Amino acid sequence: MDAGNGSSDIHGQGATGGLDTFPRYLMHHAKARPQQPAMREKAYGIWQTYSWAQVAENVRAIACGLAQLGFKRGDRLAIVGDNRPRLYWSVAACQCLGGIPVMMYQDAVAQEMVYVLQDAEIKFAIVEDQEQVDKMLEIQPEAPLLEHVIYDDARGMRHYTQTLLMGLDELQEMGRIHDRNQSDFLNGEIDKGAPDDISIMLYTSGTTGKPKGVCQTHGAFIAAARGGMQFDQLTDREDILSYLPMAWVGDHLFSFAQAMVAGFTINCPESGETVMNDLREIGPTYYFAPPRVFENLLTQVMIRMEDASALKRKVFNHFMDVARRCGADILDGKPVSGGDRFQYWLGNLLVYGPLKNVLGMSRIRVAYTAGAAIGPDLFRFYRSIGINLKQLYGQTETCAYVCLQPDGQIKLDSVGKPAPFVEVKLAENGEILVKGPMLLKAYYKRPDATAESINAEGYFMTGDAGFFDEDGHLKIIDRAKDVGKMADGSMFAPNYIENKLKFFQHIKEAVTFGNGKEFVTAFINIDLEAVGNWAEKKGMAYSGYADLAQQSAVYDLIRDGIEKVNADLASDPNMSGSQIKRFLILHKELDADDGELTRTRKVRRNFIAEKYGELIEAMFEGRKSQFIETQVKYEDGRTAKVSADLRIEEVKTFAQQAGKRAA
Amino acid sequence: MTNASNAAPAAAQGGRKFGDVILDLQNISLRFGGVKALTDISFNIREHEVRAIIGPNGAGKSSMLNVINGVYHPQEGKIMFRGQERKKMEPHMAAKQGIARTFQNIALFKGMSVLDNIMTGRNLRMKCNLFQQALWIGAARNEEIAHREKVEEIVDFLEIQHIRKTAVGALPYGLQKRVDLGRALAMEPEILLLDEPMAGMNVEEKQDMCRFILDISDQFGTTIVLIEHDMGVVMDISDRVVVLDYGKKIGDGTPDEVRNNQDVINAYLGSGH
Repeated sequence: MDAGNGSSDIHGQGATGGLDTFPRYLMHHAKARPQQPAMREKAYGIWQTYSWAQVAENVRAIACGLAQLGFKRGDRLAIVGDNRPRLYWSVAACQCLGGIPVMMYQDAVAQEMVYVLQDAEIKFAIVEDQEQVDKMLEIQPEAPLLEHVIYDDARGMRHYTQTLLMGLDELQEMGRIHDRNQSDFLNGEIDKGAPDDISIMLYTSGTTGKPKGVCQTHGAFIAAARGGMQFDQLTDREDILSYLPMAWVGDHLFSFAQAMVAGFTINCPESGETVMNDLREIGPTYYFAPPRVFENLLTQVMIRMEDASALKRKVFNHFMDVARRCGADILDGKPVSGGDRFQYWLGNLLVYGPLKNVLGMSRIRVAYTAGAAIGPDLFRFYRSIGINLKQLYGQTETCAYVCLQPDGQIKLDSVGKPAPFVEVKLAENGEILVKGPMLLKAYYKRPDATAESINAEGYFMTGDAGFFDEDGHLKIIDRAKDVGKMADGSMFAPNYIENKLKFFQHIKEAVTFGNGKEFVTAFINIDLEAVGNWAEKKGMAYSGYADLAQQSAVYDLIRDGIEKVNADLASDPNMSGSQIKRFLILHKELDADDGELTRTRKVRRNFIAEKYGELIEAMFEGRKSQFIETQVKYEDGRTAKVSADLRIEEVKTFAQQAGKRAA
Repeated sequence: MTNASNAAPAAAQGGRKFGDVILDLQNISLRFGGVKALTDISFNIREHEVRAIIGPNGAGKSSMLNVINGVYHPQEGKIMFRGQERKKMEPHMAAKQGIARTFQNIALFKGMSVLDNIMTGRNLRMKCNLFQQALWIGAARNEEIAHREKVEEIVDFLEIQHIRKTAVGALPYGLQKRVDLGRALAMEPEILLLDEPMAGMNVEEKQDMCRFILDISDQFGTTIVLIEHDMGVVMDISDRVVVLDYGKKIGDGTPDEVRNNQDVINAYLGSGH
């Protein structure tokens, strides 16, 4: 099946005027809209604005400073830190010089960084602050190529005497002098850039094996950015809040590539803890977040509503019913009765409007979610109160740009239609194959992996299994390689089941096992906030996560949720064989620091299966409990041991009830 | 009795330079009726150093701090501040001279926001009168903006942006302590007195607080006098330590010297009588 869109013109929508690399775009905006805000950052409680002209000037200074230090074309520059304007400028500066920015996750522990530094043979790093500098110094002996570490925030750095360190202020000062003396140097470097040059290296999260460096070109990200702009009619007037890790492809597409191409404003929050406040102050028009962010927001709203007065709760519940009934249809422009319209209008005045204002979503025109499956209730909630939340599908290798949901054609369980310039088709085994200008150039130094992932016809093999529905919308089932078979031959799609489990607010993470087995078992992580709140209401005492997780009332609560999932699975003929029969609640949260999740919080299935092998065995053998001892790693690198006796419980399963859907 | 108080440690942490003696306490004795709180205590505090006062419960640490602060007036002894003898002094005068403090049992306005609480620390430096402030005109307005900027710097320094507008009473203990420190810092003091800044904190909060104390000393050059029970903390961050026991000084010197002082060991571990 071919639902391609590949014939449309990448350079449609008017002339591009030789705008084929990001540095050219930057210089273009500095001329075309010099005074318009390019970036804002909240510092000392006030939003500080940088115009395009100022950004260009700063980027020039960083680029010239790097050149002065000996940075050459093709060199890799590691960039580590929170979303700070100067780190975004560093990306652009590196691109001006024809270098390759390598984005690294700021919360990775030092040892994880070694791999990237070695793999990408990094000589230069620009990092945010003392914390990151300390990590660099710690691993420098293992990555001896590292020659220069430049830091943005000088706080606490006064007594560091290492010669490889330098402040970004100093570097910029050096660069400004360099730029004054050789004013045509940088323009010459920018002129040398070509659309086929690598513009960025993003490491895959490594759900399987070692992370791979994905090399993307200017052309690829520009095509993805242009396509997205066309699709959603984005202008240079958009405001976006940049708070997701810079090393994530989504942030790079939305906060860097699209902002550079469209010329809109990116806003950097004050700190990780203030994001919700900053969101409210900025009121973005364009918003991107993984489902868990939307989920947290909703949980907070619901928790606060439960504490509200009876009258307020009544009003809220009434109008949320109205919204559920007709909100999404009004948003999609479908016919809705006059009475409902009036009720919705009233609800907007009393509930939805103020609620959106509190969430900082009053001005949103387009919001996207991606990175994981979003719960249908969650998705419906946001759409019903009038927020145009949509889903997209893509991966690091495709600039996070494969499918988008068109306005007015939203389906809860699909990821939309192929985006402009993208061709999507399905392989024999259901694997999704994509082709288009946004495909990766190569995996860094891994020709074998590159050859494996791109087939002879030039299609990238996503490794996801899916199918097109009757309207041409793509539905994703699971990772193709994770889809297994139960002992009786029926399909076992672990991710599919886990996502259904995670849609319950009390379940934070779930891992299911069942490939080649008689039945399915599951590990559950409870959501400490939601379950804790629930426990508090019931007056249950608990001393911490591990204690709460093992209480029998919590097991009952979770069992209810699993039974609902089982009922839902029973209604689907493909899935009814993979109902969950036994489960246990883990004594600790699965954590990226322990290698159980990737940095983007995806479950590392094989690693977990190996680490907790005895627990899985116990579940399949039908034991009532199992003792386990595990090592945990703290963010500062220390380790400790935790042990617990975990209870294993059974869940009711249902006979297949074809045709009738429970949900 | 070891007395190394005049030999400023050469290996000052992180290369900070100590200045002259800023506060010299000579033969201080303090009595409440018949109870001797402090007996003949002498030690000095040099500019830019982190000076710790330690000792078992009831040793007279807080009394000592209150003497420095001007709350208590010793019956005997002299206090030299910048080379001049300090006569009887009230706490507000100490504040004017640049001595700020935090309290063992946090002394903040629970119902007010973090910003407003820190702003109270600026009060001393406001020049406009009540009338001008109430009308919010000209000078008062500019003055408040300037002070607010200073407060924001402190908020940034202590990394409490996310609770800027939260009422202090709603904050967890560790954060309240940080706000208390912020209020003291807002006075831009020359000497900062910290009364058990880590009491009741968990390990992580203690680490944070240590970092803030060192950063204050480092960035603003503030002289810091602290009372603390946690030996690990004291030995890690202080330049010099004074040890009190039953109102008497039993040790004084660098952390290493104090650690090896037999009197101190006896006081803490009990001596075999």
